[in-house]
Amino acid sequence: MKKRQNISTALKSIPRNLFSGLVVSLIALPLSLGLAMACDAPPISGVIASIAGGMLVSVFGGSFVTISGPGKGLVGVILIAVSTLGLNATYAAIICSGILLLILGFLRLGKLSDYFPSSAIQGVLAAIGLIILGKQFHIMLANKIAKENTIEYLVAVPKTIITALNYSDTGLKYAALAGVISLLIMVFYSKIRNRYLQLVPAPMWIVILSLSYSYYYEFVLGLSNPISKKYMIPEIPNIQKIITDLPVPDFGLISSSAFWISVVALTLIASIESLLSIKAVDRLDPMKRRSNVNKDIKALGLSTVFSGFLGGLNVVAVIAPSSVNISNGGSNRFSNFSHAVFLTLFIVLFSTELERIPLSALMAILVYTGYKLASPEIIRRMFLIGKEQLIIFLVTLFVTLKVGLISGIVAGVFTTFIIHVFINKSFQLFFKNILKPNVLMYKENDENYFISVKHFSSFLNFRNLKNKLDVIPEKNSVVIDFSLCAFVDHTVMENISSYQALFNKKGGSIDVIGFDVFGADTLDPFALKNLIPISGLMKNNAGKRKKDFEALASNLKMKYTPKNNTATDHLTGFSYFITKQISHTYNLLSSNESNCCLFDISYSEGVSIAKENIRSTMMYIQTKKIIPQFTLTKEGYLERFYSLTGEKDIDIPGYENFSKRFYLNGKNPKKILELFDEKIIHFFENNEYYHVESDGAALLVFSKERVATVKEIEKLLTFGLYLTGLVDKK
Amino acid sequence: MNFNRIGVGVAFSPNLKANIYEAARLSLFMGSELMLIHVGKEDAKKTQIINGHLSEFEKQKLSYKIIFVNGRPVEAILNAIQENKINLMVLGALKQESFFKYYLGSIAREITRKAKCSVLLLINPSIKRVPCKHIVVNGLKDPKTEETIKSAFFIGKKLSASKITIVEEIAQEEINIKVDDDRSLRESTIIRERLRLREKKRVKKLIKSVPNEQLEGVGINSQPIFGQRGYSIGHYAQVVRADLLVMNAPSKVSFWDKLFPNDIEYILEDLPTDVLIIR
Repeated sequence: MKKRQNISTALKSIPRNLFSGLVVSLIALPLSLGLAMACDAPPISGVIASIAGGMLVSVFGGSFVTISGPGKGLVGVILIAVSTLGLNATYAAIICSGILLLILGFLRLGKLSDYFPSSAIQGVLAAIGLIILGKQFHIMLANKIAKENTIEYLVAVPKTIITALNYSDTGLKYAALAGVISLLIMVFYSKIRNRYLQLVPAPMWIVILSLSYSYYYEFVLGLSNPISKKYMIPEIPNIQKIITDLPVPDFGLISSSAFWISVVALTLIASIESLLSIKAVDRLDPMKRRSNVNKDIKALGLSTVFSGFLGGLNVVAVIAPSSVNISNGGSNRFSNFSHAVFLTLFIVLFSTELERIPLSALMAILVYTGYKLASPEIIRRMFLIGKEQLIIFLVTLFVTLKVGLISGIVAGVFTTFIIHVFINKSFQLFFKNILKPNVLMYKENDENYFISVKHFSSFLNFRNLKNKLDVIPEKNSVVIDFSLCAFVDHTVMENISSYQALFNKKGGSIDVIGFDVFGADTLDPFALKNLIPISGLMKNNAGKRKKDFEALASNLKMKYTPKNNTATDHLTGFSYFITKQISHTYNLLSSNESNCCLFDISYSEGVSIAKENIRSTMMYIQTKKIIPQFTLTKEGYLERFYSLTGEKDIDIPGYENFSKRFYLNGKNPKKILELFDEKIIHFFENNEYYHVESDGAALLVFSKERVATVKEIEKLLTFGLYLTGLVDKK
Repeated sequence: MNFNRIGVGVAFSPNLKANIYEAARLSLFMGSELMLIHVGKEDAKKTQIINGHLSEFEKQKLSYKIIFVNGRPVEAILNAIQENKINLMVLGALKQESFFKYYLGSIAREITRKAKCSVLLLINPSIKRVPCKHIVVNGLKDPKTEETIKSAFFIGKKLSASKITIVEEIAQEEINIKVDDDRSLRESTIIRERLRLREKKRVKKLIKSVPNEQLEGVGINSQPIFGQRGYSIGHYAQVVRADLLVMNAPSKVSFWDKLFPNDIEYILEDLPTDVLIIR
């Protein structure tokens, strides 16, 4: 029955996905052509990769709305492979990297990028952006030059601009103009909010305008296209030719190291780019599904092998077409499939027409893509997170540009590690604890998960934490406690934040606690945090919690005072604190109307014994009348006080269940029995367990011996206020 | 259950008084005889110092004996344990500077590994008594566990602990389904829930073997946790601020265990709280 229903919804979604596939093919076509040309490969090879990916990944893949095709990240690698190995050997390398991807998928290692510091990955991507931008910028302005490396290409940019301004050749002039107009379209397209205009993606507008321009010259004016032939897309073969001229992959270099360096780099980048795309797309998916990354990697590997044999490039999950897919209503893998079908149709029907597109226009699309990967905004962002992230980013960037991609990643990982050691002034912290299973998870009650992380948490051992987070259904609440952790790095913070987004979307939540003793250099939520016992660092900490409290205060119209307050005499009367020493309260939320306040409190257990400091969140409410002293707790807490005070559990006649669940004691049982009437008992029975105490004039309410999360604070406030209402009515 | 004879190593370190006080107090609670083992020549001055520290406990009728042994510390103490039929050996841990981290010295570590009796490792010996309120004990699926849980309740009663938590560690491998997508997540959640209930049931059965009078006045909790066997329980004890962690003795310690630490070795490296290893 359920299956039939699935089929019927799938059938109903076909038209929408077909349409979405069409729109996606419109953006995929120019991108595929452009990327292939940027790789110095035949333009058609990019389209072949898109078709192979669309056909195979839609059948065997594990994601839902991602689109597969040639990736921009691969440009840097294939470009080098083509120049060192030659085209046919590059196809062989592509096939090998497909096989390697398949193996990674089967070994469940598809999520390679989870093991690299995120700033290093950003650095590699930015380097690739510069590689694309540096080379294609000159072609965009119709000034094809040949240089040794990307840095030289970048240095030559001003010269190209000057050259372009002084063109005397009309062919070149028009070509450069086409490039500039295309670039302007790319830049301003997203700023124009028009539904019909937006229906066709910007790259396709460039194609449409180029084609109509060319037709206009040919059929209306009867002239030949003024743009120089050199800057038009060269010979796109028709379908018969593509089939008869299948390239033969050349495995002759299989024993050379250059070949395998290319294979490994291709695989690494394919895996990283795919994972980043899948992750980002999953967050956009309106149906909130979780992609099976390893299954997808396997499918991508398989289609890469096919693509390589057919003379196509590597296949990866691509972000831009995927997001176009989602915004056009794509809801399942059929849109990926139909995009491949449409691309095939384009090639079969109009392949030779594509030669009417100016090369410079196509390259403008790539220049824009490259710029997006390496925009100054990314550098600014890195700087805001922390200077050390900027260093990692820049080192990775430069090594990638100067030496190569694999060296770049290795340098990034190495720099990150050195910086971590330097910040912590300890190599031991990492060396001793790296292999330890440092993450503990348990269910606090039926809904809440509690995760505690020990020692340190960085890109080196993030998988421990990730493995735990992955098995929690996203509709649950999770508390991650870092208070036993000496160091948490940026990669972990960033990943947690993306998990938070995912959980929030599905109705759950992740709260991170234990940072209020940490020092961080910036207030950025992604900044790395380390626990160094220097008092000076303690001043600018607790950024997140402070912000949370400020938000709470303004929501609830309460006053917020973050300062430490050591005047805690009003609390010492509570029997809970008999054996404890209060250090100070902080993060005070107070309200005048209801005589109540809520605060974080730091205290230590036991006297003169170096037990750990405890931090908790408590609510203090002054009652209007004098009430009897009492302590009410859950059965679990009870025996502590039992043994200390020698007092007995007060049973309330007629409420056996209540008496069983709660431990109630106090000095004056008679008065207490008077206070606990039906209403109050029902209130307690129907709410979560809290520790409630009265010292005669005020109530103290809290739930756990740890700092409460925002959600818990809200619950605590409601509980406390309602309870006071009931007590005051007596 | 038998802790008739409690042993403590006596070295003339700054912790001497605290160690002796802890061991003496424990002997009084358990009604055991205290054996103070010193590796070195017999010496009237040393005896006098030790007697001095114990004078307060003598009033409370503590019976004790000072034993002087010679040789390499580890072997000498191990021999003394066997010869004197000591059931429980008390060892003090060292504290790492700057962090609240405790670890065992090399001698204590060797003794812990090789002793044939139960071993109590104290992270923070103190002259004044710190009440032992919350005991965490392992509920591993292991033939030794029943004995360990019984010991935990026995000691809990003697020290009037108010809460005993039995922790079952559920290893990731037991949930032998990898979470890849929504469906496998659902399946693994169901399996995990089933394991949780199964473990709780098993622990309930174990508790039945504990004498009734030891169950009185103690809050009993059972908490399944997900993490690495032998290691995560220490982490848990630290998170809930337990006062004592009671564990099974490891089955055997091979060369590989030292290289790739597991079970007890993890705990020894980074003591979360006082640890009692039952043999």
